Amino acid sequence: MPGSAVTEEVELIGTGRGGGGDSSGDRGDSGGGGDDWKGSSGSPRVPQRAYVTGMVIALSGILMFFMALVSAYIVRKGMPNSAWVELNVPRILWLNTFLLIASSFTLTRARGRFLANDQAGFRHSWGVTTILGVFFLIGQVIAWRQLAAAGLFLSTNPASSFFYVFTAAHGLHLLGGVCALLWIAFRPTHKLTLGTASEIVSMYWHFMDGLWVFLFLLLQFGR
Amino acid sequence: MSSHAHTGHAVVVEPSGFLRKYIFSVDHKVIGIQYFLLALTAVCIGIVLSLLMRFHLVYPGAHLPFVSGGIMTPEQYLALLTMHGTIMVFFVLTTAPQGGFGNYFLPIQIGAPDMAFPRLNMLSFWVTFLAFVAILAAFVVPGGAPISGWTGYTPLSGMGEVTGPGEGMGQTMWIISISLFCLASLLGALNFIATTIDLRAPGMTLFRMPLTVWGWFVTAILGLLAFGILLAGGILLLLDRSAGTSFFLPAGLVVNDQLQPHSGGSPLLWQHLFWFFGHPEVYIAILPGMGVASHVLSSFARKPVYGYRAMAMAICAIGFLGFMVWGHHMFLSGMSPYSGFAFSVLTMSIGVPSAIKTFNWIGTLWGGKIQFKSPMLFALGFVSLFVSGGLSGLFLAQPAVDNMLHATYYVVAHFHLVMGVAAIFGIFAATYFWFPKMFGRVMSEPLGKLHFWFTFVGAYCIFMPMHFVGIAGGIRRYADSTGTTYAAALQPLHVFMTYAAFLTGAAQLIFLFNFFWSLKRGAVAGKNPWNATTLEWITDSPPPIDNFGGSYPSVYRGPYEFSVPGYRQDFIGQNLTPEEAALLKAR
Repeated sequence: MPGSAVTEEVELIGTGRGGGGDSSGDRGDSGGGGDDWKGSSGSPRVPQRAYVTGMVIALSGILMFFMALVSAYIVRKGMPNSAWVELNVPRILWLNTFLLIASSFTLTRARGRFLANDQAGFRHSWGVTTILGVFFLIGQVIAWRQLAAAGLFLSTNPASSFFYVFTAAHGLHLLGGVCALLWIAFRPTHKLTLGTASEIVSMYWHFMDGLWVFLFLLLQFGR
Repeated sequence: MSSHAHTGHAVVVEPSGFLRKYIFSVDHKVIGIQYFLLALTAVCIGIVLSLLMRFHLVYPGAHLPFVSGGIMTPEQYLALLTMHGTIMVFFVLTTAPQGGFGNYFLPIQIGAPDMAFPRLNMLSFWVTFLAFVAILAAFVVPGGAPISGWTGYTPLSGMGEVTGPGEGMGQTMWIISISLFCLASLLGALNFIATTIDLRAPGMTLFRMPLTVWGWFVTAILGLLAFGILLAGGILLLLDRSAGTSFFLPAGLVVNDQLQPHSGGSPLLWQHLFWFFGHPEVYIAILPGMGVASHVLSSFARKPVYGYRAMAMAICAIGFLGFMVWGHHMFLSGMSPYSGFAFSVLTMSIGVPSAIKTFNWIGTLWGGKIQFKSPMLFALGFVSLFVSGGLSGLFLAQPAVDNMLHATYYVVAHFHLVMGVAAIFGIFAATYFWFPKMFGRVMSEPLGKLHFWFTFVGAYCIFMPMHFVGIAGGIRRYADSTGTTYAAALQPLHVFMTYAAFLTGAAQLIFLFNFFWSLKRGAVAGKNPWNATTLEWITDSPPPIDNFGGSYPSVYRGPYEFSVPGYRQDFIGQNLTPEEAALLKAR
């Protein structure tokens, strides 16, 4: 789903209407029966929880997309005469995986700093997360180059095809996540409070982290 | 009708430029009309394609001025078939009920000023538009339109030009179009679900939502979970075609004397991915129609929907079961009899919620003061077509019966009645019902009734004989069945169906005329021309930019309070407070 993560991200951050206001009043509402969703500051405003809901929904759709790819992998590998050739995944993936897991921890720390009203600490951990994310993407590109140097391309054999498809699809989604991290770091959002923005980006990031660990284990041990 | 509302000081300023107001608008109402017009364009093209096919079936040797070579080849027939199916399923049956009416009325019916993410909404429409342009481009690229059917079965769809005209660039355009459509539908589904969950007016509990909203909500959930699967399949198929991978293409394929370079792929994998999307897609097309039918039947029988909760839960049950029956499209794929049995039982179990819906529609009509207005006629037609088209599904759900009927016109007749024409009747019911709200004028009743009777009788005249052709062994997708004795004997039925198709197609001109004539000349509609109860009827026709003119309604009761005993008026709006309603009590 090339690019869609980016548009979803940008949209989730960029839309809504009218004035800001503090989100704390909106957060945690049960939503049963529709509570009053007008902004207290006048013009109508989408309640902040709608963005969280939207992110949960987006992640469900993304999960279905990746599960389709994963089930294709399982079916394709199990075919009789599948012409399957085991792929030894580049060892740099261990490092990349470690970086991505680490980035989830720094992001959790950033959220904690934010909730503790520590702006500087928040921005610091947020920045570290972004840098770790960029390193992960660079590491993935290095993995591709190593495979290419070994003569393994997209169409070489089924395992290499799936390797490139998984890493490219995940990489594009993660690139969207990096863009969202940068967006929040450098652009004040007025439709979306910083609290909600950092929350939904965290949800997305942790999801992409967990998804990668799953894909990595599949490629490593399900070959 | 007085409306109790919270008054905010919200002022949403309408954009002034033409582009921002009508083209790149973020207003869900404008976007809804854009979707509707896109579907209207698409349905006109789709009907013309089907008429060309019907014409060719009856006069296979006719010289046609626009066909290169004069006489239509079997490949050109298959191209018509592919494009008819694709355009109708995606750009009409998926687009109009959900993108069109859902977009326009879901926010209003739940008392919200817009969708949760208006700019995302605009993006959804424009990506859909791009997808539409891409599918139309398939007609004009070198080689023409693809010939692999709307299901794009591999390996035919995976190998490029060698497998036939249209399988080169045309098939690539098809895959790009469908992938874009998936993306747009995913974004749209996200918006619908978030809006329904988080933007409901105070008092609008889940079980006070109109059944139309239930229909759109569950449809959006189906879309969210199904379109991602097809998108993944589309990307893999595109890689097979253009990057030399072998996800779906087996080894040793020889096409037109050329050995294909692929190895080890699984054509059946495509069928699984496609139908895992494709079966929910059937419900994506029909669930909004079910919602509209319930809504309209209740409004014109002047009675509450019979068994409202059961109706809402039946929609959910159909949506849930819809994900477990994709295998019934693949009984002929050589699947194990045990899986076939499981898919068969699950398929028939959908008959239970479907029967609940049908009985409750009849229960809603029972003893009502029925007003036979155009929307009501089309809603009744929906029920009729849904039943007569759905019953043949029970036969097809048996693997043994399906083995015999699968490749015949019986299947064509089945899905056209239950998914095609029934869903179209839902769209027509919605159009006649909501036209006054959307454009401030009522459509002509006499023309509406004329349109209904021609279309209703015409649809049955086309598709009922088609069942017999199928049972007698008429093979679908064949461009010419006059060559074999047994099939040629069925030709009189084909002639009848073709005449009926042209007549029904011509009757749609009545609708088009009525639509555009009523835009300018129709009788002016007030706020509530049908004396209906839901929130869209308390605001102006057409509604202001923020739907309720700076105020936000609250909801105090269920959506179908018609003919409540002891009241002077036979409808009580959802927004009436108990005190306001008490004033309507008979003294």
